[in-house]
Amino acid sequence: MKILTKIVSFAGLALTIVPPIMFYLGSVELDSAKIYMGVGMFMWFVSAPFWVNSKA
Amino acid sequence: MKNTLFKKIVAREEFERVSVPDDRLKGSKGFLGMYAGEHAAGTEFVIGPLFVAHGVSAGDLFVGLLIGNLLAVLSWGLITAPIAVKKRFTLYYQLERIAGKGVVNWYNLVNALMFCFLAGSMIAVSATAVGIPFNLEMPTLTDWMPRTSGWVITVLLMGAIITLVAIQGYSQVSKFANIMSPWMILIFAAAGIVGLAQLGVSSFDSLIATANEVIWTGVPMTGMSKFTIWHIIFFAWFCNMAMHIGMSDLTILRFAKSWKYGFLTFAGVYLGHFLAWLASGILYAVFLQANAASQEFAPGAIAYQTLGLAGAVCVVVAGWTTANPTIYRAGLALQGIFPKVPSWKITAIVGGITSLAACFPALVMRLLDFVALYGLLLMPMGAVIFADFYFSKKFGFQDEQALNSHANFSMPAFLSWILTLAFCLFLNFSYGVDIFFLGLPGWFVAVAIFVVLSRIQYPLKKQLIA
Repeated sequence: MKILTKIVSFAGLALTIVPPIMFYLGSVELDSAKIYMGVGMFMWFVSAPFWVNSKA
Repeated sequence: MKNTLFKKIVAREEFERVSVPDDRLKGSKGFLGMYAGEHAAGTEFVIGPLFVAHGVSAGDLFVGLLIGNLLAVLSWGLITAPIAVKKRFTLYYQLERIAGKGVVNWYNLVNALMFCFLAGSMIAVSATAVGIPFNLEMPTLTDWMPRTSGWVITVLLMGAIITLVAIQGYSQVSKFANIMSPWMILIFAAAGIVGLAQLGVSSFDSLIATANEVIWTGVPMTGMSKFTIWHIIFFAWFCNMAMHIGMSDLTILRFAKSWKYGFLTFAGVYLGHFLAWLASGILYAVFLQANAASQEFAPGAIAYQTLGLAGAVCVVVAGWTTANPTIYRAGLALQGIFPKVPSWKITAIVGGITSLAACFPALVMRLLDFVALYGLLLMPMGAVIFADFYFSKKFGFQDEQALNSHANFSMPAFLSWILTLAFCLFLNFSYGVDIFFLGLPGWFVAVAIFVVLSRIQYPLKKQLIA
């Protein structure tokens, strides 16, 4: 379960930083990048609390 | 159900007046998250743009931040942390043992008020994002008073929520910061990348040209003073003066397993006071390009324009993760004055004062001056703790003089504080020395006054003979 939440978390972080880079490279429109970043934020917020503060 | 939850929230043991026991020490991960979250904060969304407004040049900013932040990390690692792990007391209790309850009560009051105002500015910054969906009228660069009742209601509601989290104590604050900081730091990085793209940066050469000609032009905006590399170095070094050489972070670092954890502040300052300041400056430059005549200064709206919902939420979260520990610290300051009042009640009162202060946008618009002033006011007592720890034996005076002489009031400590501030005021008024540069000479003056007066009033030999 923890692995699954970690995967969701890191996917959320990826959706936070990759779309801005793609926008910089001209591969995606700014409005789309904003939506991806919003989705990434949601994924991080719902998954990170389950593992960030738990002992390994 | 409600009662159980309430008890769970308010139940805590934070070792306010005893040394932190070994089994309650925290590992490096908690400190990394705490500092990264605390220094990638709501204030960063204000400070970066204010550097732009003050007309600093790109080269001065870059080099100045590298040097100033290094000096700040060294201050934490070499000055604050060794004393924190040796004594393991809060700043307030440590100071009480040296200066006496009478002095510390006044110090705590000033300290708590400063923390309230600082946390208030962060709540105000967060409110500029929360207000977006409600079409809240945003403050401008020249605003000191709240513009609308909607602004006041928004700020008070945010203050109430943030206070509730702060009541839960250090562990909850640390957990919250841990969760938020990785995402928040990426948002700051994203802000820089998107901002540069919007400014047409496509190569290293165009980055240099845009940085110099569009973002940090070296020309201050109307009504703003000109900042040089020295302003940047000293601001980066001393914007957390109260925390490092002012010793506020004794309270946090007393939980550290090793004094070397003081250097973990690098995570905070180089992400928050370097990356985030650069990124927020870029965001503001994008905003100014699109709104050349606008006087609006609303970090939430600026971030939302460039990054959408994630940017606005980041402004809220960034303000929150700094306001939380700041309110917590203010609560500890007042705990020193009212030791019998439960911590949660103190924190609730502090949260109320903070929320009221947050209603005034002046705290945001004059943030650079306020940050410098607040550090300067608190710094002399940090110098007193430093001198007590390192120089009492060397120069032959009683350490922890109030405790060991059963005094309620240490004149050397009190005069060190007052005379140092008078000296700084004299430099400012008579020689026009900018407030950002007063901390360094002030610290040496405070140490010297304390050592000399302690030698006179609490000489070690006289005490032993008596």
